[in-house]
Amino acid sequence: MEKPRRSSLKFVIDLLIGLVLSYYARLISNPLQSGLAYFAAGLIPALFIGWILFPFALYSKQPQPISFNHALHMDSDIADGIEGDTEAEKCLYCHSFRDDGTFAGIPKLELCMECHDDPDSPLGETQAEQQFMTEYVAQEKEVPWLLYSRQPDCVYFSHIAHVQKGELDCQVCHGDHGKTLELPPFQKNRITGYSINIWGKNILGLKSNTWDRMKMDDCAECHTQKGHEENNACFVCHK
Amino acid sequence: MENNLAHGHRFGMVIDIDKCTGCGTCMVACAAENNVTVRSDESDKQRSITWMQLYKITNGKAFPHTEVSYFPRPCMHCDEDGHGHHTSPCVTVCVATATRLDFNTGIVSQIYTRCVGCRYCQAACPYHARYFNWWDGYKLIQPFPKGMERSLSPEVSVRTRGVVEKCTFCHHRLMRAKNKAYAEGRREIEESEYITACAEACPVQAITFGDLNNPNHKVSQLIKSPYAFRLLERLNTKPKVYYISKKDWVREMADNYLPGEFKPISTAAVGSR
Ligand code: HEC
Ligand code: HEC
Ligand code: HEC
Ligand code: HEC
Ligand code: HEC
Repeated sequence: MEKPRRSSLKFVIDLLIGLVLSYYARLISNPLQSGLAYFAAGLIPALFIGWILFPFALYSKQPQPISFNHALHMDSDIADGIEGDTEAEKCLYCHSFRDDGTFAGIPKLELCMECHDDPDSPLGETQAEQQFMTEYVAQEKEVPWLLYSRQPDCVYFSHIAHVQKGELDCQVCHGDHGKTLELPPFQKNRITGYSINIWGKNILGLKSNTWDRMKMDDCAECHTQKGHEENNACFVCHK
Repeated sequence: MENNLAHGHRFGMVIDIDKCTGCGTCMVACAAENNVTVRSDESDKQRSITWMQLYKITNGKAFPHTEVSYFPRPCMHCDEDGHGHHTSPCVTVCVATATRLDFNTGIVSQIYTRCVGCRYCQAACPYHARYFNWWDGYKLIQPFPKGMERSLSPEVSVRTRGVVEKCTFCHHRLMRAKNKAYAEGRREIEESEYITACAEACPVQAITFGDLNNPNHKVSQLIKSPYAFRLLERLNTKPKVYYISKKDWVREMADNYLPGEFKPISTAAVGSR
């Protein structure tokens, strides 16, 4: 008595598949009556708004106060005086550690004035330098740089633990910013106020490089990979 | 060592009640260090946020036998019970994983951005060490008083309305000490490099801070004293804050002893320590 039961099961499955297929056939052959057209008319603009317009509108763009050329300053033929044997040491000449191990971040005007000391005789002829000279050097005013990689207030980050103790290159987290010729606009999330570098430029959250985004999971992913799971406790990265 | 965290640090504190004069410097130092919010009218002390709270206790006797003591109360940073059953009371009840017992330091963390403000932890804490923000803190005061940000420490994040906060053993000072050690090519920090703001500020040095897992640290030696005790010890919360007092009535107050249960320490038996 096995066979008939199995064939009746097959019959039910066939029937179900047939029903579904004919339903789709009707949807497609008769889009207006079946409502498919209306569904699509709603869905496609919604997807367009959600995936393309919203991400575009979500971030506000703001230019940096002046342009800054990393590649030019890293070139020892042009900017002579940035000391260091390796590339990382040259980065650290400007982005230095203080004696107590804290990171000084973006250099103060004092360091720039080692070379750009006289507002009346610029080193080159670029407009960017002229603006830097008249607006900041001449008035001895700090440049209000906008920070691309700034984390939210609740996050604690230590450069010395990563750069000196963890022996990581700047590039691992900052990509090619140290080689750029000009500054990209600063993009800020209108809702959270965070820089776009945290979530990443890719709205889907895909990343192909370690520096594409720097969310909580990205920090923890590397800690786990490098065998430093002890650094995945809340009070390591939060304050 | 009663604990299974022997591999890591277990930071703790010893407070000598007989030295404490009740001056309140620890409370002030703590509030200033940790960006603790103040309201324009702080007269309702029930609503004040005091990570470090100073209590006044008396032996209840009439003059001339009255004695008064003060005891400062930070977060006790309760530990595992040693059987792996549970962690600190607040951690056990937290619905949002906003508070955890850090196994490398023994510090109970509190992540304000994660806190949903249900206040279970406040109810669970037997020491009243947790405080709720009923009002907007420094972050959201509108209009923000001009220049106020200069009085805030960038090492401690400010809190918003609706979250719970508590003493963190000045955890940022641990990170600060670590950074300095890394800069000098060391991996480990020295005992004196990481102490809390209250311990540093105390004018009579009643507060000692250090690593309870390190037998060379002063705290590890102090807790061996027969006069050392912890608050509500029988709850098995394993606080990492110890107190020392030679006064029997002070020690008796530290737990809910039944009549006749408390055993005073006779001075003759321990010698003249
Ligand atoms: C070691 C010397 C040196 C130091 C230090 C230095 N610069 Fe320069 N900078 C130069 C030289 C050389 C040029 C090239 C001028 C040219 O040939 O156009 C230059 C060009 C510039 C320009 C114009 C080129 C461009 O498009 O960016 C700006 C703006 C500038 N520097 C800003 C700064 C700032 C800001 C600092 C401090 C963080 C700084 N510089 C520190 C040597 C230096
Ligand atoms: C002449 C000094 C100087 C040198 C050398 C230098 N920088 Fe910078 N750096 C700056 C200044 C000024 C800024 C601010 C403008 C900007 O955002 O680029 C900056 C910004 C940055 C930022 C952006 C930080 C943020 O969050 O906005 C990164 C990343 C950075 N530098 C990395 C590097 C690396 C990597 C190197 C070495 C390859 C390097 N820098 C060498 C002066 C310098
Ligand atoms: C492990 C990842 C990582 C590495 C490696 C790293 N950075 Fe950063 N950097 C960050 C993060 C995260 C921030 C944001 C920190 C914050 O907001 O507190 C940051 C911030 C900065 C800033 C802005 C800081 C400020 O507050 O002004 C500069 C400049 C910078 N990094 C330069 C460098 C340079 C130069 C190197 C290499 C010597 C380097 N970083 C290596 C992750 C990294
Ligand atoms: C590319 C890898 C990498 C990324 C990305 C990374 N870290 Fe780390 N981090 C490390 C390594 C490796 C160490 C341990 C260094 C050591 O102990 O030798 C470390 C250590 C730390 C420490 C120091 C702990 C201590 O004991 O002093 C902190 C804090 C930290 N990371 C926070 C962060 C935060 C916050 C982020 C994200 C913004 C982040 N890290 C992203 C690799 C990374
Ligand atoms: C390895 C580093 C790291 C660890 C460990 C870590 N965090 Fe984070 N966390 C971050 C960074 C970086 C951000 C900011 C970027 C983001 O929003 O993802 C963040 C953001 C957050 C936020 C959102 C805050 C906001 O205002 O956007 C919450 C909530 C949070 N963390 C809670 C926790 C809790 C709870 C734990 C412990 C269980 C924890 N984190 C452990 C790095 C870490």
